[in-house]
Amino acid sequence: MTRVTASPPIARPRVERHATGAEAESPHPVKIATERVSLFYGGKQALHDVTLDIGSNQVTALIGPSGCGKSTYLRTLNRMNDIVPKTRIAGRVTLDGADIYAAGVDVVALRRRVGMVFQRSNPFPKSNFDNVAYGIRVNRLASSRGDLRERVEASLRRAALWDEVKDRLHESALALSGGQQQRLCIARALAVQPDVLLMDEPASALDPIATQRIEELIYELKRDYTIVIVTHNMQQAARVSDVTAFFWLGKLVEVAPTEQLFTNPREKLTDDYVTGRFG
Amino acid sequence: MPAGGWRARLRNGDEVAHLMALLFGLTLALLTTLVAFELVVNSSLARHRFGWSFLTGQTWDPVADQYGAAPFIYGTVVTSAIALIVAVPLGIGAALFLAELAPRRISDALTLVIELLAAVPSVVYGLIGVAVLVPLMRQYVQPALQRVAGSIPVFTGPAYGVGYLTAGLVLAIMIVPFIVSVVREVLLAVPREQREAALALGSTRWESTARVVLPYARLGVFGAVFLALGRALGETMAVTMVIGNRPEISASLFAPGYSMAAVIANEFTEATGNLYLHALVEIGLVLFLLTMIVNAFARILIVVTTRRGTAA
Repeated sequence: MTRVTASPPIARPRVERHATGAEAESPHPVKIATERVSLFYGGKQALHDVTLDIGSNQVTALIGPSGCGKSTYLRTLNRMNDIVPKTRIAGRVTLDGADIYAAGVDVVALRRRVGMVFQRSNPFPKSNFDNVAYGIRVNRLASSRGDLRERVEASLRRAALWDEVKDRLHESALALSGGQQQRLCIARALAVQPDVLLMDEPASALDPIATQRIEELIYELKRDYTIVIVTHNMQQAARVSDVTAFFWLGKLVEVAPTEQLFTNPREKLTDDYVTGRFG
Repeated sequence: MPAGGWRARLRNGDEVAHLMALLFGLTLALLTTLVAFELVVNSSLARHRFGWSFLTGQTWDPVADQYGAAPFIYGTVVTSAIALIVAVPLGIGAALFLAELAPRRISDALTLVIELLAAVPSVVYGLIGVAVLVPLMRQYVQPALQRVAGSIPVFTGPAYGVGYLTAGLVLAIMIVPFIVSVVREVLLAVPREQREAALALGSTRWESTARVVLPYARLGVFGAVFLALGRALGETMAVTMVIGNRPEISASLFAPGYSMAAVIANEFTEATGNLYLHALVEIGLVLFLLTMIVNAFARILIVVTTRRGTAA
């Protein structure tokens, strides 16, 4: 596989795609748009015609009961479903207006722009430093060893982990606590300078204090990144997100500003879910 | 029945199981000790006569009752080294293909074939060596090697066909299936999250395999390599059939040689004198110790790498 560095294959658009009224002038122009996205695992359909615009520099939360397709949807945004055998996707996903499933798209470059943090923290069994440096090294972002060190430090600072690991950069990442490991994974994702950060239930395995730190971090990061977060936890969605999308049985039921979705949903199904009547 | 009786019975059952497990465990330790003891006792004549020079002596002359094991130790080490040099890259490469690249169905089918290879008796490999590999080496491979790399002393001398190189290659063929099947297993055991993390950071498939999956599985890979080395060191039949059975040390890999296991198998039945017999048993003792050291080294390696946890 070749990596194009000179001209990114996913070009930034020169003209704003389908200006949806006020959206074009909003401080959160559309970063990712999906149009009628359906996804099949073999004969089973996991997503049904999901159409959703994700605004830049804000946090979009995907909520819904287990198996509703929210994680699957998240994984279509960086083509992570590609590595699962027998998946097929229909519809269109655009990042800054460019179709990411078009022929000839460099998936590796796409994934560099759309970073991901997973449900279970998954540091590599390497040192803290080498974990963060991994993406910088494979993408050849650093011009020198000093530059590499600076980038690692900057990423760790961004992930609010620097003070905790600066004296143990060369110790194994597996010695960190769960919450620290998850922040290390965030730092690792930030180190390759993505535009978008996908988070798949990043705090579901953490205790309340570690969870709070992750949530504070998400709040900090949205100034510079577009964040899409899958969460089980409706309070968490309410706390961290600007926009919430409710999924049910592979369909997008409703998307609205978070406060509105939780206090005054349009759909009865959403109301039933957010008030805890099922799920 | 009162609860106490039931519990007592369970506890008795526990104790029986405990005792049996202990007994079996001790049996294993006892067997190993017994093997070592027998080897030591039955090699006493040779050990007293030759001392440490048995290991360095290059003369093996049953007529003059003069015994030195160096040619055999050399042969075993050299053939095993050749086998590893050839088989480790081949085996790891094949395992990477099977675990990471090949579609699941092809991978399973090929793995089945490879595991069948591991079940082929070694005498059959020996026959293949004699019938196919030896003529091939004599007519094509060794002359070609000599033409290309004849300036290096290991690739000089007459091409007999039989010899260290051929024996090493037969061993390589024999141990590749072990390496492939164990390495494939450990690669498949690497959590999916590790691959996904690497891919999500903008790694290519190969970068994810080489820089994340393989390092993650390195302990299992070491295990596979040492398992294979253990088999190569002790392999008797196939080596005997192609190594040439000449008890001399030679720098050239084309030259015929001998190995420890091969000399024991060949000469044990005709060892008439007591000293001769004890010399052969002492070779067995050396082989036993060598395999112990290899295994201990593998253990230490694994413990050290696990404890450090990082390998950048």
